[in-house]
Amino acid sequence: MEPIQLHQVKKAFNQGRPNEFWAIRGVDLTIQPHRATVLKGPSGSGKTTLLSMIGCLSRPTSGRITRGEQLLSGLPERFMTEIRRRTFGFIFQQFNLIKGLSVLENVMLPAYPLGPDHAQLSRSALELLHQFGLGTKAESRVEWLSGGEAQRTAICRALINDPEILIADEPTANLDSRLSREFMAIVDGLKQTGKTILLTSHDPVVFDSPVVDRVVEMSDGQIMDPSCC
Amino acid sequence: MLLNPAILALSIVSFVVACMMLLATGFGLQVVRHWDIGSGSELQLTMERRTYLISTLVAFSFMAELVALLLFIYNAEQISSQFVGAMCATGVLNVDPYGWPTLYLKIAIFFSGAVWLTLNHVDNKARDYPLVRVKYGLLLLILPLVIAELVLQTRYFLGMDPDIITSCCGSLFTPEGQGVAAELSGVEPGTAMLLLTVSGAAALLTGGWYLFQRKSGIAFAVTSLTTFLIALLAIVSCVALYIYEHPHHHCPFCILKEGHDFMGYYLYIPLFIATAMALGAGAIAPLRNITSLKEIIPAESRQLIGVSMLFMLLFYLVAAYAILGSNLTMVEVWW
Amino acid sequence: MKAFIRKQRYLIDFTLSSLLRRPGKNLGLLVVYSLIVFLLASVMLFTHALRSEARLVLADSPEIILQRMVAGRHDLIPGSYLEKMGRIRGVIGKHGRLWGYFYDPAVQANYTLMVPRDRQLAEDEAVIGAAIARTRGVSRGDFLTFRSTDGNAYSFRVSAILASDSELVSADLILVSEQRFRTFFGIPEGYYTDLVLNVRNPKELRKVAEKLTLRLPDTRPILRDEILRTYDAIFNWRQGIVFVLLTGTILAFVIFAWDKASGLSAEERREIGILKAIGWETSDVIRMKFWEGAIISLSAFLLGYLTAYGHVFYANAGLFEPVLKGWSVLYPEFRLTPFIDGLQLATLFFFTVFPYTVATIVPIWRAAITDPDTVMR
Ligand SMILES: Nc1ncnc2c1ncn2[C@@H]1O[C@H](COP(=O)(O)OP(=O)(O)OP(=O)(O)O)[C@@H](O)[C@H]1O
Ligand SMILES: [Mg+2]
Repeated sequence: MEPIQLHQVKKAFNQGRPNEFWAIRGVDLTIQPHRATVLKGPSGSGKTTLLSMIGCLSRPTSGRITRGEQLLSGLPERFMTEIRRRTFGFIFQQFNLIKGLSVLENVMLPAYPLGPDHAQLSRSALELLHQFGLGTKAESRVEWLSGGEAQRTAICRALINDPEILIADEPTANLDSRLSREFMAIVDGLKQTGKTILLTSHDPVVFDSPVVDRVVEMSDGQIMDPSCC
Repeated sequence: MLLNPAILALSIVSFVVACMMLLATGFGLQVVRHWDIGSGSELQLTMERRTYLISTLVAFSFMAELVALLLFIYNAEQISSQFVGAMCATGVLNVDPYGWPTLYLKIAIFFSGAVWLTLNHVDNKARDYPLVRVKYGLLLLILPLVIAELVLQTRYFLGMDPDIITSCCGSLFTPEGQGVAAELSGVEPGTAMLLLTVSGAAALLTGGWYLFQRKSGIAFAVTSLTTFLIALLAIVSCVALYIYEHPHHHCPFCILKEGHDFMGYYLYIPLFIATAMALGAGAIAPLRNITSLKEIIPAESRQLIGVSMLFMLLFYLVAAYAILGSNLTMVEVWW
Repeated sequence: MKAFIRKQRYLIDFTLSSLLRRPGKNLGLLVVYSLIVFLLASVMLFTHALRSEARLVLADSPEIILQRMVAGRHDLIPGSYLEKMGRIRGVIGKHGRLWGYFYDPAVQANYTLMVPRDRQLAEDEAVIGAAIARTRGVSRGDFLTFRSTDGNAYSFRVSAILASDSELVSADLILVSEQRFRTFFGIPEGYYTDLVLNVRNPKELRKVAEKLTLRLPDTRPILRDEILRTYDAIFNWRQGIVFVLLTGTILAFVIFAWDKASGLSAEERREIGILKAIGWETSDVIRMKFWEGAIISLSAFLLGYLTAYGHVFYANAGLFEPVLKGWSVLYPEFRLTPFIDGLQLATLFFFTVFPYTVATIVPIWRAAITDPDTVMR
């Protein structure tokens, strides 16, 4: 596995219009594989924006993001999606589960466009759910889940395509401190299995945790202490 | 003019398709103008997203045109009872000078649609979208076809007057007559069969050659297109006779009728599919030198050519069945 | 290929469940959609069935009917014309016919009285159509009494009731003997309503008709093919007109569909955002939405078509009754012969599914290009 490298990445919103805003202003960063990295910084400093660019959810306005030989930025959306669904798993702040579907269906959802064998897919989804203590909840609808269960469902969903890198934006914002610590334990477990983990957080439970290998501070769309790279 | 729901539907389809193609071409030109694959600007993103709309519009247009082609023929069959002298679609197409050109245009649109969709499919697999300019430029060529079809079809329908006494297959497709149809019917069945066999063998050989050697995709397209034309000729001059079990009935449409077990559909549909895929394969063959398409094109061509050959074989089987299963024996007469 | 098909199955699966999750929204669309299909299909099936009935009626009729014209009006024709026309090549049979209409004030209906050639009836005997038997409430052996134009009442003994493939052929038919027909209507001996000629080879029809007009200048030959053509033209034309009139309705439906497709709820928008964020591609979303359209279209099409089928063939096109009233009181009783045809289905498709799909293309695309990173905020 290769590190992800950002080179002079910039991102503008509303480009060319009067309300043009540069949310990221030239970031150079290397994210090492098999490590847990946390992006930290005040609100509006561009953490989410940077995270979505690394995770191929959006494209930098300029600059390059590479992973080894492979260029992640500057690809058409179609191919960014292709890379994203095989390489990255996402855990969102609001969990973003689809209401009305069962836990199992929610977990299987990211695999649909790949068209895997159905029996095999539901088997691996169930395995994941068991692994995260949700085996009994597989058939229940996601509206009825508690916050912790919802998050673990979201984690299972992020893992269904067996990605190498897990991305979580403010994963503990909706959890109390006990659940936050539980989450960090899960992160630790995932790191042990060789996943690369990238988080953003305001929460000391997260960035002070021993699980985290590295904290990157951001402010105003830039990295505070470039020497750390 | 004749007003019936099918004619109304065909007119609506042509009109809407022309509008959609106009829209697609307009968008396509914009995309070409602003295209910069390396840029991360919002404009480029907008353009990229527009390509989805264009593809959808074009794909849907071609699908609608395909169904409309079937409806066009089928409708002509049905309304033949309303014209003096018309016994089948031939007579109805003869009602005014725009009937046949409309049909030819519809077929041309079907084939160009197949080519465009193949290009689009291939392009969407390459990371740098190398064919953006080619395919949207091609839209500029297809658009006039679609508009011409709309105009001709409208004139054709407007010119339909039930008082016209039209001439049908009996007089058009006779070796004694004049014009292309008569020439076609006049071809010796033996010659037609020979040509059909030779061109089919050539197509299958070039196709097989491609499957093993990855070479000469264009040759396959050319032989297939030739086979297509010869097959039409052979149907008129020979195969139809066996289906009708009548030594002088040369009509290419009557075979679509229920009375002949819809044999026409079994003949035409595989033939058209095979040709469309062959043309698609031929269109992408010269693009194999583009770096990002180096791997994609051989894989796609193999699939296209393989399936095309299958349908071609199917056509030959149906034709053979029609001839061998017929009670008409012309052996002593022709060869 | 396998993965492609499996993928489509997943998409359809997801679409179905998302349709079921929003029953309210889709039910409204389905109802309106089905209604449009129902309306158009009813018109088509109905006119088409009438046309096939007419064809059935005409199938047994002679190739040429010869009428005498007096002052531009149809008049009785002398039987002597049969000799007067002489031998014409291609004519294999000719004879005079006696038939006419009779208005029955009791049930306010028109009957067709006719002298049959293939059966001999006694003077007071009559064979009647099933619909007349129903409306007058008579059965075999009963008597029917009509008052003729000269003021006398004549009684007919019903000796049989006609059975036929098509009720339209026989619904209002009364077969009577020749003597009774002549006395009832006051038609002198030697005169007929019209003459009919049988011609075997259709190619000779026009020649025969030409000769007839030359030899018998006061007559008018009517060709069966001509009638068929006129019928076809009229039915097609009527259908066409109705469809033109319904264009407004279709347009309204298109706008409705457009509105439905573009008016995505916040919930749906979020869902699409989530799908895109977790790895669905724009074209996956478009495809999913097209499956949705296909499912809705298919259900509406089936629902609308089947109800129209029932309406026309089992409920006797009850909704069209007001339009058709006055044609014949006997009419509502008869049942049309069911008939389905590919051309019809394809046409109907272009009037319903095609506009619906066109109307939804742009809204679908708009929804599908949602930024995948929207769910991050
Ligand atoms: N789509 C957009 N259009 C315009 N401005 C945007 C858009 N998305 C983000 N921004 C702006 O970019 C800046 C960075 O936003 P971002 O969400 O990355 O911050 P953040 O560090 O994640 O903040 P928080 O800790 O509150 O989540 C903000 O000022 C925001 O207003
Ligand atoms: Mg944020």
